[in-house]
Amino acid sequence: MGPTTQTTIECANLRKTYDGKVEAVRGLSLQIEAGECFGLLGPNGAGKTTTIEILEGLLAPTSGEVRIFGHAWNDNQRQLREWIGISLQETRLSEKLTVRETIELFASFYSEPRPAADILEELQLTEKSDAWVGKLSGGQKQRLAVATALVGNPRILFLDEPTTGLDPQSRRQLWDIVRAFQKKGGTVLLTTHYMDEAERLCDRLAIVDHGQIIAEGTPSDLIDRLGGHHVVEFEVTNNASGNSNGQGTDLWRALPSVESVRNEEGTICLNVREPHLTIPALLEAVNRQGRQLEHLSTRQASLEDVFVKLTGRHLREN
Amino acid sequence: MATETTTPPTLKLEGRPPVPAATARRNGRWSGYRHLLWARILELKREPEVVFWVFIFPLLLAAGLGIAFRNKPADITSVVVIAGDGAQRTLAMLQNSAEKSSSDKSSANKNSTVRATVLDREAALKAFHFGKFDLAIESNPDGSYTYYYDPARPESVLSRAEIDAALQSAAGRKDALPTSTQSSSEPGSRYIDFLIPGLLGMNLMNSGMWGVGFALVEMRQRKLLKRFIATPMRRSDFLLALTSSRLVLMVIEVGLLLSFGVLVFHMPVQGSILSVVLLGSLGAVTFGGVGLLTACRAQKIETVSGLINLVMMPMWIFSGVFFSYQRFPAITHPFIKALPLTALNDALRATILEGATLSSQSGRLLVLAVWGGVSFILALRWFRWT
Repeated sequence: MGPTTQTTIECANLRKTYDGKVEAVRGLSLQIEAGECFGLLGPNGAGKTTTIEILEGLLAPTSGEVRIFGHAWNDNQRQLREWIGISLQETRLSEKLTVRETIELFASFYSEPRPAADILEELQLTEKSDAWVGKLSGGQKQRLAVATALVGNPRILFLDEPTTGLDPQSRRQLWDIVRAFQKKGGTVLLTTHYMDEAERLCDRLAIVDHGQIIAEGTPSDLIDRLGGHHVVEFEVTNNASGNSNGQGTDLWRALPSVESVRNEEGTICLNVREPHLTIPALLEAVNRQGRQLEHLSTRQASLEDVFVKLTGRHLREN
Repeated sequence: MATETTTPPTLKLEGRPPVPAATARRNGRWSGYRHLLWARILELKREPEVVFWVFIFPLLLAAGLGIAFRNKPADITSVVVIAGDGAQRTLAMLQNSAEKSSSDKSSANKNSTVRATVLDREAALKAFHFGKFDLAIESNPDGSYTYYYDPARPESVLSRAEIDAALQSAAGRKDALPTSTQSSSEPGSRYIDFLIPGLLGMNLMNSGMWGVGFALVEMRQRKLLKRFIATPMRRSDFLLALTSSRLVLMVIEVGLLLSFGVLVFHMPVQGSILSVVLLGSLGAVTFGGVGLLTACRAQKIETVSGLINLVMMPMWIFSGVFFSYQRFPAITHPFIKALPLTALNDALRATILEGATLSSQSGRLLVLAVWGGVSFILALRWFRWT
């Protein structure tokens, strides 16, 4: 048999134009290996959902090719559906069915489903198995949605914004479920606009903006490309001569160990390799100018910083 | 690395990833259909509105109308006598005539009574125009009478004939021809007997249209249809389950309403129960199909509600639910008879009230089958899952 890594999801040059006008996806190519957790990270409206729905065979691309386990959707739709589990961005399951009834209903569509009891146990829904779906909390509903995706015993799990709107505890529970699936050999493709989710959960990810991939790699790769793993953020009072913004950026860029600088409405953010070299020099420079430091903090660089550097915008901005 | 020993028969995959967990069972061909049907029935059972509108409401309607039109109670003719010189004499003549006929052996007029009121001219005519009285009587100074009646109101026409006969006979007119009459208000020919098959038909239409059409659009709006087609579920199974859930409900609907008619109003059922059930099934499936077509594209509940009402409205009016469509001009009858609800109502009435066999009504069955079949085909062609 082939090499140890094999491509499970593959697409080339995907384009999707709605109504001949709106270009939601503009030439997007991906290769996702077996056993990977791959994330599409991007702001709302970046084309993530359109992309994942094309890969899921629910939307036809305007052009481009999709292959799942080497097969196109047209060839063998029913068989491919047996091998994938899907959680859509928003599905309101029947409210008057119980959790168990819902899982059994979805199980009945697959030729070799897993036992409902196992799924209930695994997704911590056993206690709620006889409760109506309408009575569940947001986190429980989302776990049920993932349960309906897992009950068919899939090889690939597609999750579209699985934790949007959930509380931190529910989010962590879902992450555990995804990791457990992956541990058993499953492949995961998810979309998210939470950089922490992408960072903690995904082995590799693609940053999507305006229907295109603008960066791809492991989370640490992407952060490495920033140059510095640390961010130093501070504000300074203006000196007597007034405006400091324009020439100020160059001043900070010249500090030791600084890779890049950006000014966010008065807050200066420095990408820094070695904060212990930068900070003393920074204090001295501020002092020399006769200005005052208002805030100073340091943190680890995140995917958010990557996104901002690439696009000049934040992930959560509209 | 793949530890699989079985490969799916339809596809050869080079190196499928290992199956994550042990499977419990293999599902058969109809497993999805059975679960969809059962889920649908559970949902309906748990929806109190459905239980009310489908089961309770038709019974209330039948009970209400059945009581309102009970025995066409004794034609009480309500007349007003315009106050004047002859008013008292007129009253006396009516009284006299009534006594005479009630002492008659024939039962023809036994139930018929005249209730006469005396009012002054203006008030009397006003009350007559508002429909409070069927007829206004004025005695003229020369001894003649003037009747005010409304030829558009059947009871007014009836009342004029009756009062005229009463006054003429009180004045001494002799019948030239001896007659006798036999009254008939046997079960089978009353309004309630006409009504219940019509309600059955209407109910099958209502619940078919709402049960299939509304449910579909709701599922589409909830993205549940999209979620379903993201699984290996057969789309035909889904539509089949939705339609056949109607059949299960139909048996209950028809059973309840029919037993209600039989037990409470002693309605006779001349035809075979099997024929009625078969007709009910055909009706349920036909309107399921029409509901499917009505809802095949709609994205919003509001849209489909309007569409369903639009489709049903002509049939409420023309298809003879509450009154016979014979009242509409004859030229419209071919169109009215081509409506599915007309065909269903006519067939139900013929079967229940006259004991007609299904084979004798192939035309009506054909109308239903064509509506249902064509709707299904168009619905499948235009259906929107997302």
